[in-house]
Amino acid sequence: MKRINLVGLAVGAGLALGAVGPAWAQANEQFVPMPIYRTGPYAAGGTGVFGAFMDYLALINERDGGLNGVKFTWEECETAYDNARGVECYERLKGKGPTGAAMFHPLSTGITYSVFEKGAVDKVPVVSIGYGRGDAMDGRVFPYLFPLITTYWSQNTAKIKYIGMKEGGMDKLKGKKLANIYHDSAYGKETIDILNKQAAMYGFEVKHFPVAHPGLDQKAVWLQIKQMAPDWVILRGWGVMNPTALKEAQRVNFPREKIVGVWWSGSEEDVRPAGAAAKGYVAAGFHPAGKNFPVIKDVEKFVYGKKKGNVEAERVGTIYYNRGIIHGIVSVEAMRVAQEKFGKKPLTGEQIAWGLENLNITAERIKALGAEGLLQPLKTSCLDHEGGGAVKFQQWDGDKWVIVTDWIEADKKLVRPLAEESAAKYAKEKNITPRTCN
Amino acid sequence: MLYREAGQFKTSYAKDLAIFPIRQDRWFIALVLIFFGLVVPLIANDYWLKSILIPLLVSSLAAIGLNILTGYAGQLSLGTAGFMAVGAFAAYNFNIRVPELPLIVDFILAGLCAALVGMVFGLPSLRIKGFYLAVATLAAQFFIEWVLTHFGWFTNYSSSGVISAPPMKMFGFAVESAVEKYLLTLGVVLVMALAAKNMVRSSAGRAWMAVRDKDISAEVIGIPLMKTKLTAFGVSSFYCGVAGALWTYCYLGTVEPAAFDLARSFLILFMIIIGGVGSILGSFLGAAFIGLLPIFLNNMAATIGHGTLQADTMANLEHVIFGGLIIFFLIVEPHGLARLWQIAKEKLRLWPFPY
Amino acid sequence: MTFFFEVLIGGLLAGVMYSLVALGFVMIFKASGVFNFAQGALVLFAALTFVGFMEKGLPFWVAMAVTLAVMMGSAILIERFVLRPLVNQPPITLFMATIGLSFLLEGLGQGLWGSQVRALDIGIEDLPFDVLGMTFSKFDFFAAGCAALLVGALVLFFNKTRVGLALRAVADDHQAALAVGIPLQFVWAVVWAVAGLVALVAGLLWGSRLGVQFSLSLVALKALPVLILGGFTSIAGAIVGGLIIGASEKLAEVFIGPYFGGAIENWFPYMLALAFLLIRPQGLFGEKIIERV
Repeated sequence: MKRINLVGLAVGAGLALGAVGPAWAQANEQFVPMPIYRTGPYAAGGTGVFGAFMDYLALINERDGGLNGVKFTWEECETAYDNARGVECYERLKGKGPTGAAMFHPLSTGITYSVFEKGAVDKVPVVSIGYGRGDAMDGRVFPYLFPLITTYWSQNTAKIKYIGMKEGGMDKLKGKKLANIYHDSAYGKETIDILNKQAAMYGFEVKHFPVAHPGLDQKAVWLQIKQMAPDWVILRGWGVMNPTALKEAQRVNFPREKIVGVWWSGSEEDVRPAGAAAKGYVAAGFHPAGKNFPVIKDVEKFVYGKKKGNVEAERVGTIYYNRGIIHGIVSVEAMRVAQEKFGKKPLTGEQIAWGLENLNITAERIKALGAEGLLQPLKTSCLDHEGGGAVKFQQWDGDKWVIVTDWIEADKKLVRPLAEESAAKYAKEKNITPRTCN
Repeated sequence: MLYREAGQFKTSYAKDLAIFPIRQDRWFIALVLIFFGLVVPLIANDYWLKSILIPLLVSSLAAIGLNILTGYAGQLSLGTAGFMAVGAFAAYNFNIRVPELPLIVDFILAGLCAALVGMVFGLPSLRIKGFYLAVATLAAQFFIEWVLTHFGWFTNYSSSGVISAPPMKMFGFAVESAVEKYLLTLGVVLVMALAAKNMVRSSAGRAWMAVRDKDISAEVIGIPLMKTKLTAFGVSSFYCGVAGALWTYCYLGTVEPAAFDLARSFLILFMIIIGGVGSILGSFLGAAFIGLLPIFLNNMAATIGHGTLQADTMANLEHVIFGGLIIFFLIVEPHGLARLWQIAKEKLRLWPFPY
Repeated sequence: MTFFFEVLIGGLLAGVMYSLVALGFVMIFKASGVFNFAQGALVLFAALTFVGFMEKGLPFWVAMAVTLAVMMGSAILIERFVLRPLVNQPPITLFMATIGLSFLLEGLGQGLWGSQVRALDIGIEDLPFDVLGMTFSKFDFFAAGCAALLVGALVLFFNKTRVGLALRAVADDHQAALAVGIPLQFVWAVVWAVAGLVALVAGLLWGSRLGVQFSLSLVALKALPVLILGGFTSIAGAIVGGLIIGASEKLAEVFIGPYFGGAIENWFPYMLALAFLLIRPQGLFGEKIIERV
């Protein structure tokens, strides 16, 4: 009899599944999907960024009573950083809420690749802040993909600028040796081409070292680096690969001051496990850490004060957390812009895409939002889906991240033609006629 | 009462050989087919088609592939996703390099490529078995992933190592909408499942089972070990390869080699454990179970723990439930859901007079 | 040439770390014939538990003792609820059960202690020092020392104690052991507890290198080729296999890898082990497989 019950259980579960699926309609609410990852090797990033994102939306709801009266609702969907599950989450959440998903933040380059074409068909903007396709800044080919603030490509040129700065001028780069240690995935490979181009341009030498997922063992790579003795190391790590790299660097006595990481290698969670080995390590970032911003104070007061926080309170103000706040600010501002045009009501993805495309977050606006110093001014257009593009560099002093540079602008003159070329190639492959922007 | 074969006589050899000798079974299968082939496309929404039914069917196909190898031929493999990747990338390359070929031919060629690779990695099975072989198939998994990541040719020199399925055309029709993709997947899966069902009843299938039960005895009674094991690897990988191609074309659209990582191999292994080792039907049941469970739990998490830390617990709970269920099934019913189905059928046969 | 030796020695030291994980597999396989895929999850679970107790303010040794107790408790539970019901099932079934177990432990560990990355400091500095122009890390030698100590203790345990004798008897033949009155269940629980201890040591060493988090359970994948190469039943095999795998994979990555775009470390040890198996199917120190019909 017990066995038959099992069958019943399975059937029951299936029915419950069906029941949970649709049935969702409430007025004056804007639905934002949260394809979070709370498990797996990269959980720290998923919980930090999405936790803060939800906190910010909660702040808008609690403090301002929603965006012009439109309350935000959201729903989590666990992707475990897996592409297939990410697609399922996208499909599940895209139609929820009265007007469908406002936008989709995959928070994974792999998932971005898997969903952005679907987004273009369904008219759901896919927003990848600081990750995803480098060439997607060309809004003519990618109308529903928004690599806001800065792409890997822009970031990479800023990195080379930083290195040039430290060397005392871009002309000093000639003859220098760089090692690019990258996570062996779409994310890690994204900058190989542009690095090669820049190497040819400035006359430095670059060697690429892939590290297979998850990157537990990098002894061989670092021994090779020891032998190559590069002047600088570029670290494109993710998750556990970062502390491991720093520890191995210590073992081969490579100065950490000469390691420049991408922002996905530059959170507290990336350096703390490496302990003292991380001291001096430099990472790019498009925002600082810390709680000393009015907006985060507000979050603590209105969200954590009411015990509605979405991450552990001690993580507020960390790099991932602040990145999530930026996700929130940019998303909400886009919806604000769109509301001004389309009316103060829940909007569709298509309308929000317009908002994302006509963002203009000025310095004054940033100040009004209480995020001065946290966010850079951002102006997007139909042609340019990136906006900002500037990067700050931060150094780990053994205890916290310290900003060591001002905003360093990306080399847009270099990046833009490359992106257009790559986007055009993509458009040709896919038979897309790029729209015209005017 | 309803399910009884009394009065149904087998009057010819052909009838004796039928796949579904009982009339009610045939009716039932026909109903299921009508439901999934005609009713579902009409009533299901995009979400159900695109992100539940299609991946479910594709995983079933991969599970059938693994079941042929592990369930029927007794060779444990942890490299399923690797063979799927071969199929996916082969289909892509045939498609863009020889655009004249019809898509279905691409799929078949993809399957053949996977079969070839599978047979190469099956060669060690002639010398080693059991866990040693399982670990050897891991070599295939890692090696294939590496090759596809590191040789730009396979991804048509995409800068990020990602392939994106070109628009599909089948017999002159564009396959674009969810329903069309679903029907294409369903068609391929059905044909191949039927083929598999027949294959395991043929001499090849019986040879596999003999090898599974005791390979030395099988050799003694004149079953050529090499041929049998290699065909098992080949056929199994063919199925996985086609599944991989469908996974790319009909489901994800854009994949990187990491989409076919070890975790996927394990998931497919779980499907056949829970569904039923050595059962075609079990492959479907297992795929459904493993595919739906996380979605179900996830929905529960969303409904119950709305935006609170409970979701965290839920995500971990999912792991616990997964693991627990696998152990539970292995202990309580090592033959999986397929066996439960069989028991239900037997009970039904006697119902309502069990004595 | 110096560089060659540096890579070689670095590889050997890395190999010791693999051996530590592989040892856990060997223990369980020897005594119960179960290929315990959950060993990696045990490593994670042990490390998470330890760090969790440390964060609760327990001193190092107390946390260690408590964790050990937890590992023993789980060993008993595993024996009772996973192994005992599966007695006499084919080995493949048991193997698959341990895969399930590894999921369960991963979920449980992270559910109980949280999934964020934690640093673990066991007081050994990971600082380099130079010998003859080659750079090594103190930590690696410390790890090697731990491994040596552990192996020594295990060998003593197996060869000089009554329980060890019982373990070897069970490993040799379950039924004969049962027939002479050795309590199988007790022996299994002991074996899993010892494997838990090995996992704890491995977890501490790996955890202090990588930080304590989910990826720790993936170190098991590094141990599998070691097992194949060394044989499933030999402690010596685990050590020697680890050394061979460690050294050869580093040498291959450094000297062959660059010709193929690198990152061959993931599959090279598997291929090596596979090639080796074709010559000697039972592994380096494995027992000769005798097949009867």
